Amino acid sequence: MTTPAQRRRAVLVRSAVCTLLAVGATFVLDSYANYQLATIAAIFCATAGLTLLVGLTGQLSLGHAVLMAAGGYGYALTAAPLADAGVEGVLRILGGLLGALLLAGAVGGLLGLAGARLRGPYLAGLTLALVIALPAISTQVPALGGAQGVGVPFEGVPDALGGVVSIEQWHAWVAVLVAALAVTPLALVRSGRSGLRMRAVHDDETAARLAGISPARVKTGAFVAGALAAGLGGGVLAVVTQNVSPGAYDLAFSLLLLVAVVVGGLGSIGGAAVGAVLVVLLPWLIDTAVAAVGLPSELEQRLSGNVAVLVFGALLIAVTVVWPGGLSHALGDRIRSLTTRFRPSRTVPQQLTER
Amino acid sequence: MSPATPRPATAAAAPAEASTAAPAALGVEGLTVGYAGAPVMADLTLEVPAGQIVALLGANGAGKTTLLRTVSGLLTPRSGRVVLDGEDLSAVSVEDRVRRGLAQVPEGRSVVAELSVEENLHLGALWKIPARRARRDAVEAMYDAFEPLSRRRRSLGHQLSGGERQMLSLARALIAEPRVLLLDEPSLGLAPRVVAQLLDTLRDTARRTGLTVLLAEQNVTSALSVADRGVVLGLGEIVADAPAADIAADPALRHAYLGF
Amino acid sequence: MDRIAFLLATGLARGLVIALFALSLVIIWRAARIVNFAQAAMAVVAVFVAFAVTALTDSFWLGLVAALVAGAVVGYAVERWLIRLVPARTPLPGMIVAIGLVMVLQAGIGIAFGPQHRPMAAPFSEQPFTVGGVPVLSPYDLFVLLVALGVVGGLALLFNGTTLGLQMRASAMAPEVSRLLGVRVPRMVTLGWMLSAAVASLAVLLLVPTELGLNAHSGDVLFVHAFTVAVLGGLDSPVGALVGGIVVGVLISLVTGFLGAGLAPIAVLALLTLVLLVRPGGIFAVKEARTA
Repeated sequence: MTTPAQRRRAVLVRSAVCTLLAVGATFVLDSYANYQLATIAAIFCATAGLTLLVGLTGQLSLGHAVLMAAGGYGYALTAAPLADAGVEGVLRILGGLLGALLLAGAVGGLLGLAGARLRGPYLAGLTLALVIALPAISTQVPALGGAQGVGVPFEGVPDALGGVVSIEQWHAWVAVLVAALAVTPLALVRSGRSGLRMRAVHDDETAARLAGISPARVKTGAFVAGALAAGLGGGVLAVVTQNVSPGAYDLAFSLLLLVAVVVGGLGSIGGAAVGAVLVVLLPWLIDTAVAAVGLPSELEQRLSGNVAVLVFGALLIAVTVVWPGGLSHALGDRIRSLTTRFRPSRTVPQQLTER
Repeated sequence: MSPATPRPATAAAAPAEASTAAPAALGVEGLTVGYAGAPVMADLTLEVPAGQIVALLGANGAGKTTLLRTVSGLLTPRSGRVVLDGEDLSAVSVEDRVRRGLAQVPEGRSVVAELSVEENLHLGALWKIPARRARRDAVEAMYDAFEPLSRRRRSLGHQLSGGERQMLSLARALIAEPRVLLLDEPSLGLAPRVVAQLLDTLRDTARRTGLTVLLAEQNVTSALSVADRGVVLGLGEIVADAPAADIAADPALRHAYLGF
Repeated sequence: MDRIAFLLATGLARGLVIALFALSLVIIWRAARIVNFAQAAMAVVAVFVAFAVTALTDSFWLGLVAALVAGAVVGYAVERWLIRLVPARTPLPGMIVAIGLVMVLQAGIGIAFGPQHRPMAAPFSEQPFTVGGVPVLSPYDLFVLLVALGVVGGLALLFNGTTLGLQMRASAMAPEVSRLLGVRVPRMVTLGWMLSAAVASLAVLLLVPTELGLNAHSGDVLFVHAFTVAVLGGLDSPVGALVGGIVVGVLISLVTGFLGAGLAPIAVLALLTLVLLVRPGGIFAVKEARTA
């Protein structure tokens, strides 16, 4: 049995290693791939929170796109005035991210209060209505700029690194570092006492209440934690795409986030990463393949986008029916059975780390 | 969805409806049942002869409910089989077992809370008596047998008292004239007088119709007072199987497994 | 004053279609105790079939029948071959599978038929009658009203007056107990799905002539509106769905008329939030816990 301190250290080590690997990778990837890496890192921020929410507390939110949007808008609305005030570079990025955190945290808090009180389908329905209302909200609140959205000041490569690092690589670094910042606390929460509490509430609320755990507080907390991470992801996405508009955060995107966490494995941070990679790379692969086949352009238009959605929908169904644990569990079991073969008689399995 | 038309059943060829005349014997042979890895009973064999009332006794967790749920088909045993009147029920679904004359009054408040007493009774009779008038007669017959219910026809399930609910559950199970009746802790949460009344009605009905009854109970005295035989279950095994009077009179047995 | 009368009439007409779809949600709740998030997508598939039939036979009525039949078939197929495979201990897997189904169906329709909206002609005139110079309902609106009332009446009769309805309700309320009483619960659940999908298809079919046309996403907004209605009226109550539908329809119409179309989704969201948090039981709900 590992101690909490050991588990914490394991999480921190894993986080550091993954971050270093990702940053290292940016040197070998081409500029488009770096852009994709940045996007994946941004989405990872959101999926990490969502997988805890759905996997550990059992609440289904279809509106995580709105949380990312809140982060994006928060970033843009803070960074623009900062730019006007002459603040530059990393300081401006940090300022913008703070704005992202605040707005996303606020929205997440409200959603969390609702989520704590509502059972499954009702929360899902409410978040669905929210996602569909987002374009209208962006039009009605003048600061949000309607359908065109809000522009984001361009974050160029800082002078110190100028020439060594390309713009896409710089953005990828920012994205990876922010993702580490956003996801590591979630991983710590998951492997610690809060993670236990979440699972307790999910399994049996009455029993949890009898044990002194407040389900409402745990559920709201899960929402807020996920919202903060998603907000950071939205902020990063704003930096990478230089724009925040409602079209980028529609229902389709929310469903994509759901696909990522279900296929990757509910409740698993590693799964959230796998899922993020999947939902960014698979559509790109499919579109490339379809284009390569060279079909008449009308057919190609019908296929583009739709094939990826079709595949994702089928994956969602298949994984839920066949592999309720998602890819990470299917692989995790395989890996675990390999490692236990070589480990000297360590008996009790850690319930708190994986799964 | 008329239940009267015979339907090809599952693997075993089935009679369309159970004949109400012939009492049936119930048996389980070599039953091994478990939940997610933990076995509750292993290789259990038990005979309930036709027309007899057998009390199934034992402490909480001894396996009484598990056994009853396996007999009615809600649980699938890992091995062994349930035999009704010589027929192996292994491939027969819950609903089809009911159509062969098996009825169960499950543990706890099993009346459908949002339906009225009248609706609950009709529900129980539907598969057997599709014709409305005949069914209404059957429902009236139940009101005669269980007088308190007739005063509460329109009340919803959740508006009834504990005793009334148990009475309704029993009436609902009896209305289809089953051949074998399983009862799971009918006395739970009821006052002694109500329990006595309930069990007396049960015994009278059973004697009159030749009903075979398997009665799982923690209330040992009451159960043994209406039963012909008693079977004591301890940790998933049969530790005693004897005429009811003998068990009631055996102090060692009572101490060891029945707690008094 | 004229404006309000017109908006009310439009709202009523719009609300009836929403009510009809909400009724389909009530049916499936009463039969299977779930909210089917794939309801709209399934209905759209059935309406595409109806579309094809109408195009072939030039008859709206044959198309209507086709929509009902196709809807029932889709409901049967989804329940029998998909939903039964899903672990049902918690509602979560069911919802996720429904969402996956939506993605598959909508993408499939998009691939097969493309993104364009296919217009459909209404069987009756959509020009409103005028009463004292004020435009009120059109013949088509009256038709929709009759259909909605007919469906509500039919459902009330089915669920409360027939033994089949009794079995369906019992199967949803207490599946285990019902099985122990000889009720063929799985069959009742399938029936509920078929009925629900047929009514949903009818609703979408009636919606299409009033909109741009039919395409893969025709049902999305309708689902959100109908969900709001079902929540408002109580998932258990057909009357609640009818009244709630009219209320929501009128609300949307008034908001659109006085504040602009852009505000309508926000108004719906606000209403949904309000009902869920303040009166969780819905206005006509029989008995149902939606809070933790």
